[in-house]
Amino acid sequence: MSHPMPMTQNRVSVPVTVNAEKCIADKGCTVCVESCPLDLLAIDMAKGTAYMRFDECWYCLPCEKDCPTQAITVDIPYLLR
Amino acid sequence: MNEPMIDVDVLVIGGGTAGPMAAVKAKEANPKLKVMLLEKANVKRSGAISMGMDGLNNAVIPGHATPEQYVKEITVANDGIVNQATVMAYAQESYSMIEQLDRWGVKFEKDETGDYAVKKVHHLGAYVLPMPEGHHMKKVLYRQLKKARVEVTNRFMATRLLTDANGEIAGACVLDTREGTFSVIRAKSVILCTGAAGRLGLPSSGYLFGTYENPTNAGDGYSLAYHAGAELSGIECFQINPLIKDYNGPACAYVTGPLGGYTANSKGERFIECDYWSGQMMLEFHRELEGGNGPVFLKLDHLAEETISTIETILHSNERPSRGRFHEGRGIDYRSGMVEMHISEIGLCSGHSASGVWVDEHAATTVPGLYAAGDLAFVPHNYMLGAFVYGKFAGESAAARASSREHVEIDPVQLAAERERVLGPLARTDGLPPAQVEFKLRRLVNDYLQPPKVTRKMEIGLTRFAEIREDLAQMSATSPHELMRAMEVHFILDCAEMAARASLYRTESRWGLYHYRVDFPEKNDADWFCHAQLKKGDDGEMTHFKRPIAPYLVPLDEEEKQAYNRLRIVKEAVAA
Ligand SMILES: Cc1cc2nc3c(=O)[nH]c(=O)nc-3n(C[C@H](O)[C@H](O)[C@H](O)COP(=O)(O)OP(=O)(O)OC[C@H]3O[C@@H](n4cnc5c(N)ncnc54)[C@H](O)[C@@H]3O)c2cc1C
Ligand code: SF4
Ligand code: SF4
Repeated sequence: MSHPMPMTQNRVSVPVTVNAEKCIADKGCTVCVESCPLDLLAIDMAKGTAYMRFDECWYCLPCEKDCPTQAITVDIPYLLR
Repeated sequence: MNEPMIDVDVLVIGGGTAGPMAAVKAKEANPKLKVMLLEKANVKRSGAISMGMDGLNNAVIPGHATPEQYVKEITVANDGIVNQATVMAYAQESYSMIEQLDRWGVKFEKDETGDYAVKKVHHLGAYVLPMPEGHHMKKVLYRQLKKARVEVTNRFMATRLLTDANGEIAGACVLDTREGTFSVIRAKSVILCTGAAGRLGLPSSGYLFGTYENPTNAGDGYSLAYHAGAELSGIECFQINPLIKDYNGPACAYVTGPLGGYTANSKGERFIECDYWSGQMMLEFHRELEGGNGPVFLKLDHLAEETISTIETILHSNERPSRGRFHEGRGIDYRSGMVEMHISEIGLCSGHSASGVWVDEHAATTVPGLYAAGDLAFVPHNYMLGAFVYGKFAGESAAARASSREHVEIDPVQLAAERERVLGPLARTDGLPPAQVEFKLRRLVNDYLQPPKVTRKMEIGLTRFAEIREDLAQMSATSPHELMRAMEVHFILDCAEMAARASLYRTESRWGLYHYRVDFPEKNDADWFCHAQLKKGDDGEMTHFKRPIAPYLVPLDEEEKQAYNRLRIVKEAVAA
């Protein structure tokens, strides 16, 4: 017995912003992706920039501190602000 | 189906604080051994100290404190329920570990004469050593890992330990959290360093990852040890912390206290004598919050500008550096207002409290070949330095065992069951999203387990947890990342069930708020001056039993035993 489970997608605002001008992911940088203890960041290959893929942030800041071009800004997640 | 299998001598699971130390010390003890450090995140930025630390909370430094004094302090702070041999082993090694870290390049605060600048925060003695430049902890550890040639495997998580026919450790099942593949690591010794159960209660903000602990630590090691047959102890002694409301990070009384800051009620008055975190302190905090003088605040606005900027520099660059932007967003300035505080969600953590996997003074658990160190190992109030010291003990013990043993065959039945459990959610094309199951589970933890504890509520909680257990098999994952979260929900559920059952077992109140049972409000030393142990029984069910407290190495007199029961400030009667 198996029937599909109805699903929907919820929109959420995420705390990490990446400045596309500054981000050098297109040159092969993945520093923030490696730093994040929760593994939340990824590279958008089409745009050549990093982005926050999952809303599971501890607002701990390694991604921001380790970024070589200061492209990342971490906000306090909206629910806590 | 055959999965990739690799062999190592010593497998260290968790590369936060205790783990890197354990791996380095195992390698130093016997450089011929193959030592692997397996980490769910990346060892460069993982664990509680990912952004460094403000200071040592429990330094035992000659001239400031003796090991005997420290053992006494922790015995009293933990309401008598300690295995003093383990606390003493820590205390005796504390100073040489500080010197070791100092040589490795960790910067501690020193006075003009070059002596460590120890501060008094505890009720009785002085043990807090500030690290205003403590943000480089992980770099220091990483350098040592490279130097010792430890093999580091990042972004892998252990899902189950494997044991042989004699119940001895044989290895671990692991999940590649980026590829979603399952494999096996055979090991002669395994060291668990997976930190606290930090994703147990739901923060009142409702944000699943807005926890006090680093939320990668979902209680993995508690569950891993339990299923391997290890004894756990004091699980009913929850971790509950006084935190900045919503931000849910430490208000840092240990940083601000020695500089004149303190915890105050809404009138700006002090109500506890000592800001050192203990269950007794949390009970006073709870009473003040619930009473007419609540809420509770961190008060700094009476301090001089110079002092406040020093505090800001430390608190906003170290440990939880986003504190500054949180305050800014709310328009809070330490100079002009108090910072609202609250009581955290519950967790399990021996680093701060006293719930963990039972270990002896060599970091050995009750499962041969399995060692544990750090927040998940039962050495009360062990904090960061305790994680380093027990990491060292565990590394040395594990190396000694691995040096004289061969690998054992892996039981195909254990393996097949685990493969199915782990890969199930990826194979299911639709099913419950792990985040939704986690939210519900942790909301139930708040509803039914948050102290004050009520018997009937905890019983209802267990019924609801059993329903969630049925849901686990219906979770689906759309990516390896989500699969990692699904596996964590299994760990969280195990911890929730342990927390409820252990709390029901101890039919008395102890440790202030940590185990305050309204239907058994008194402490009952006649029946409960003992450790309460929990393990998986032969029938697969959770079993409980008492373990006597070993005779104290450092005896206490009656007066001393009461010290932490007198935390509330008693006002002088006002003359009429
Ligand atoms: C916000 C905060 C402030 C603190 N302040 C202080 C302080 O000022 N002074 C002090 O002395 N102590 C402090 N502590 C306590 C101290 O940081 C901890 O006691 C100590 O760091 C714990 O070390 P650990 O190795 O047990 O855990 P962690 O350092 O957290 O390491 C656990 C590691 O295990 C990994 N892991 C988890 N599960 C798995 C799995 N299944 N497979 C593989 N890897 C896994 C995690 O990714 C993590 O890296 C603080 C803690 C916190 C959270
Ligand atoms: S670290 Fe900075 S530059 Fe590199 S990918 Fe991330 S955001 Fe881009
Ligand atoms: S703040 Fe921390 S958890 Fe959030 S994205 Fe950056 S590194 Fe990851």
